[in-house]
Amino acid sequence: MDTKNLILRTKFIDRMCHWTMVACFFLVALSGLSWFFPSLSWMNGVLGTPQLARMLHPFLGTVVFLLLVCMFFRFVHHNILVKTDMTWFRNVGDVLANKHTKPLKIGKYNAGQKILFWCIMLLISALFVTGVVAWRPYFAGYFPIPAIRLALLAHSMAGLGLILLVIGHIYMGIWVRGSVTGMLTGYVSRAWAKQHHDRWYEEEVAPSNDTPAKHHP
Amino acid sequence: MGMQSQDIIRRSATNGLTPAPQARDHQQEVAKLIDVSICTGCKGCQVACSEWNDLRDEVGHNVGVYDNPADLTAESWTVIRFDEVEDESGRLEWLLRKEGCMHCEEPGCLKACPSPGAIVQFANGIVDFQSDQCIGCGYCIAGCPFDVPRINKKDNKAYKCTLCADRVSVGQEPACVKTCPTGAISFGSKAEMKDLAASRVEELKSRGHEGAGLYDPQGVGGTHVMYVLTHADKPEMYHRLPKDPHISPFVRGWKEWLKPVGAIGFIATLAGAFAHYVGVGPNTVDTPEPEPAKQPEEKESVAASDTAQGDRPAGRE
Repeated sequence: MDTKNLILRTKFIDRMCHWTMVACFFLVALSGLSWFFPSLSWMNGVLGTPQLARMLHPFLGTVVFLLLVCMFFRFVHHNILVKTDMTWFRNVGDVLANKHTKPLKIGKYNAGQKILFWCIMLLISALFVTGVVAWRPYFAGYFPIPAIRLALLAHSMAGLGLILLVIGHIYMGIWVRGSVTGMLTGYVSRAWAKQHHDRWYEEEVAPSNDTPAKHHP
Repeated sequence: MGMQSQDIIRRSATNGLTPAPQARDHQQEVAKLIDVSICTGCKGCQVACSEWNDLRDEVGHNVGVYDNPADLTAESWTVIRFDEVEDESGRLEWLLRKEGCMHCEEPGCLKACPSPGAIVQFANGIVDFQSDQCIGCGYCIAGCPFDVPRINKKDNKAYKCTLCADRVSVGQEPACVKTCPTGAISFGSKAEMKDLAASRVEELKSRGHEGAGLYDPQGVGGTHVMYVLTHADKPEMYHRLPKDPHISPFVRGWKEWLKPVGAIGFIATLAGAFAHYVGVGPNTVDTPEPEPAKQPEEKESVAASDTAQGDRPAGRE
């Protein structure tokens, strides 16, 4: 593709990490929902049979967790909350109302994305820990039954919270045109960057205006 | 399994709008009554259970107590528990209890089970695992207030006493009842068993066992396996038999409270996103691009005030 006037926003390794996680999360979330809402038990068909789904769910969940650890180290420095994030919070009404009237000093990720980042980190970590406690036949036997009960309740709460957040995340990707393409190809337009991440554009992209946009092998 | 002749009043992971077949509802509730004061601990019931159910558990090791095997397993559905206790006067008493599934009126295993139809409760009160539907998640173990179900390593499926549902459905008593040489185990309608228990308790009390009584815990709606205990006031003495068993609040919260909350959460999230998109429309990039310098003064000031105190993120790309 012609990337002359585009900006590389997400590197190949990060995109692969993200989309591998999406694939695994899709399977884990649907099978998990099939057990939480038994009327949706057909959803575990994505993993073959109910028995296979039960067996694979924790392994795929572990893959999601490991990818999350990678993503944490790749993305955490962009997701530390800074003072300028308050501007975004104060103007969140305008953001949601699709009014692009004032520059909000948004870094590579906006304050909402940063909150999402930390919530996802927290919830997937909680899901991993509680999932291990309930994981049969390998680990559950080492934990007392009351601990397993608590873990199952916490696991389903964290799972629900995570899936709802991810629905919001997917919606934002659909709503903000250019985001999904940005995550698939890695490239966004200059106008997109200026509009949605003005401070990132000014600080990270504009200084290299003279040189061609960064390419990644 | 496959007890089509029996009416199913509860079926795991099944919506109340689409209940299990229950037209054949003219059935009596059954119960097994175990009188611990008559039990001699011969383990004949264990052998009869294995024989009828085609179970041959691995021969284990002597661990220094009479309990053999040392615990319930996926292939030992009943075990006689031996507890040595001393009363106030220092006199030794040997308490025996035949442990196994209690067949609760409100089964915690069935409530917790996520696999449609893997656990059913028949109209006669028997709670049975339909092993071909079992997915091996072990939620029944978390749901059970008595720590009864066990997962088999061979096939990763949960097993427990069936109350010989196959024998009962053709009018026979469970194998353990049939074989018990001292008559410590009785089987019949729940009402008959309660009557029998009442006369036994009366007799035990007349012999000086003040604490004698029937164990039919109401926290789980009563059970279809009941005990006559000489110390019914302290059931924990019988190998930690719970005094007031009930489905854990964590299990209830997970299966009763969180489900509607989750459903509302899904509907609200999806409806919110839909309404937002229809109301606001897609967030596209504005063209032409306004130059920052040409922006009105008041809009600049918002950014300027933030820049003054602005931090920068710890690193850059």
